Amino acid sequence: MHSRSAYWQGFRDGTPFLLVIVPFGVVFGVVATEAGLSIAQTMGFSVLVIAGAAQFVAVQMMVDNAPTLIVLAASLAVNLRMAMYSASLAPHLGPISWWRRGVVSYFMVDQAYAASILKYEQTPKMSHAQKFGYYMGVITPVCPIWYVSTWAGAAMGAVIPAGLPIDFAVPITFLALIVPMLRSAAHVAAALVSITGVLVFSFMPFNTGLLVAAILAMAAGAEVERRMARARGAA
Amino acid sequence: MSYSTLQIWGIIIALGLGSYLLRLSFLGIVGNRDLPEWVLRHLRYTAVAVMPGMITPLILFPQATGGALDAVRLGAAIATLAISFWTKNAVLTIFGGAAVLFALHFMIG
Repeated sequence: MHSRSAYWQGFRDGTPFLLVIVPFGVVFGVVATEAGLSIAQTMGFSVLVIAGAAQFVAVQMMVDNAPTLIVLAASLAVNLRMAMYSASLAPHLGPISWWRRGVVSYFMVDQAYAASILKYEQTPKMSHAQKFGYYMGVITPVCPIWYVSTWAGAAMGAVIPAGLPIDFAVPITFLALIVPMLRSAAHVAAALVSITGVLVFSFMPFNTGLLVAAILAMAAGAEVERRMARARGAA
Repeated sequence: MSYSTLQIWGIIIALGLGSYLLRLSFLGIVGNRDLPEWVLRHLRYTAVAVMPGMITPLILFPQATGGALDAVRLGAAIATLAISFWTKNAVLTIFGGAAVLFALHFMIG
């Protein structure tokens, strides 16, 4: 596989995410401007922060006039998962040049991470250049359209009919990405601990329960893998 | 909202910078050094450890219904899971899940 064809494969795999990105960007644009932000400030969020969930949390807390530091703490807590994505991508993209890693980091959104890590695991023979090409392919339709749809929502206001269940675009996309990842008992164990953990720790503030659940789930996956390897070794 | 223009831009820039540093963290530091096997073994499960937990509350307690279990969303989630197991194809699953979601919305929503 050439890194150019890896790019176009990523582009094809990234395009269906527009079903999620467009409604979400439009809704953010509408919500942010209705909350009192200017179009420039709304675009500032989508271009500089480029993380839908954290942006919604920030605007929601600003509507409530929360202290600046609380707004930042809550929104950054939502984005803490990005550090986990960064660690998870490091074995695959660590060897590329520093400025490319800088570019990858800026565009690290859920869809780019999930599509890329799935591809890297299914195609272990990819070179680092191909992995970088694939990643850039995925974000090519996703990120520019995120900016454009935010702007459309901010400029056109409440044109989308109220009551449509578009909030549910995110769970549907994630389910479509998670199921193919459940390749072994270890992956299933991690997913089950993640679901249970987030429910058990839901009392924790600022979404930090998700992080506790995720750390426990990673440990569960690693432990099951270790035991399966040992059982195979003993057999 | 009672922030000054300067405060609003301060929040946007600080949040942008903080998010960027979180994204750069490991990718920037680790570079092409080899990570120990036990670290890699944990990192292999990052995606399945974060993403199911992220969407579980969205499925069970959607904000749009004030946190009440909702037949449209739950039905769409179950259908999406079924399509995904059956087709093993992310694109078909996303389109199929969205179709079921809107069908249920207009039938029983």
